[in-house]
Amino acid sequence: MSAALAIVALATLGSAAAAMLGRSLLRSIFMLAVSWAGVAAFYMWAGAQFVAFAQVLIYLGAISMVALFAVLLTRQSRDEASPPPAALRRAILAVVAAAGVAAVLLWAVAHSPLAVSGSLAPATSVRQLGFDLMGRHAAALLVVGVLLTIALLGAVVLAADGAQERPGDEP
Amino acid sequence: MNALQLCLAFSSLLFAVGLAGALARSNAIIVLLGLELMLNAANINFIAFWRFSPSSAPATGVIFVLFSIAVAAAEAAVGMALVIAIYRHQKTIRLPDATDLKG
Repeated sequence: MSAALAIVALATLGSAAAAMLGRSLLRSIFMLAVSWAGVAAFYMWAGAQFVAFAQVLIYLGAISMVALFAVLLTRQSRDEASPPPAALRRAILAVVAAAGVAAVLLWAVAHSPLAVSGSLAPATSVRQLGFDLMGRHAAALLVVGVLLTIALLGAVVLAADGAQERPGDEP
Repeated sequence: MNALQLCLAFSSLLFAVGLAGALARSNAIIVLLGLELMLNAANINFIAFWRFSPSSAPATGVIFVLFSIAVAAAEAAVGMALVIAIYRHQKTIRLPDATDLKG
């Protein structure tokens, strides 16, 4: 059980680190997709099958595609093959800051009295989940729907070409 | 370390990797994807506490993660639209070059 978790964690962390270190943008996005698939595998390991399904559908299906389209639409002629010294200094500072955050978090996790209950896996069927979403959490579901609609409309407005007023359109 | 602490250590390391990428890289798309990695680490925490904590309401963690994924999807869409808008105005998506917000 722990071995499966270790394999999933190593694959996820390794591909995420490779994505953050890589020079090629498309390869970074591919490695991030592998990392998101690893997170979905963690959800399967933890017994949250529906969340794993949503993770694959949204991250692997939608967000990686959106990132790919953003890369293709903003294709640049020159790449950042040789980082200037300022970028190198910032990278070193960023790694130091991230290592500090990781050290603090790991220390807190290791020193917290986190009790594990004996009965694992509060089994949740999709049927029960649907009843909960439509019953107790119906208001939150509506709010999230409105949020998604407004965000996507805003994204379309932002990404669309502004000021396309042709003179023939005037009545 | 018990299983819950192992899961939390995994999510902490994933958060650190995303943070390092978001701080170090100068490409706006990679910075956004680093933010997505950090959100994924938070979702792993939700699922880990739901799986291993003493019995709460049976589906609380799953519903939390579903809402969190929805908000993350909205954030990614708006972020990519912003990247495209910046590219149209300034012809670059390198963040050190895009210091001018006036169109």
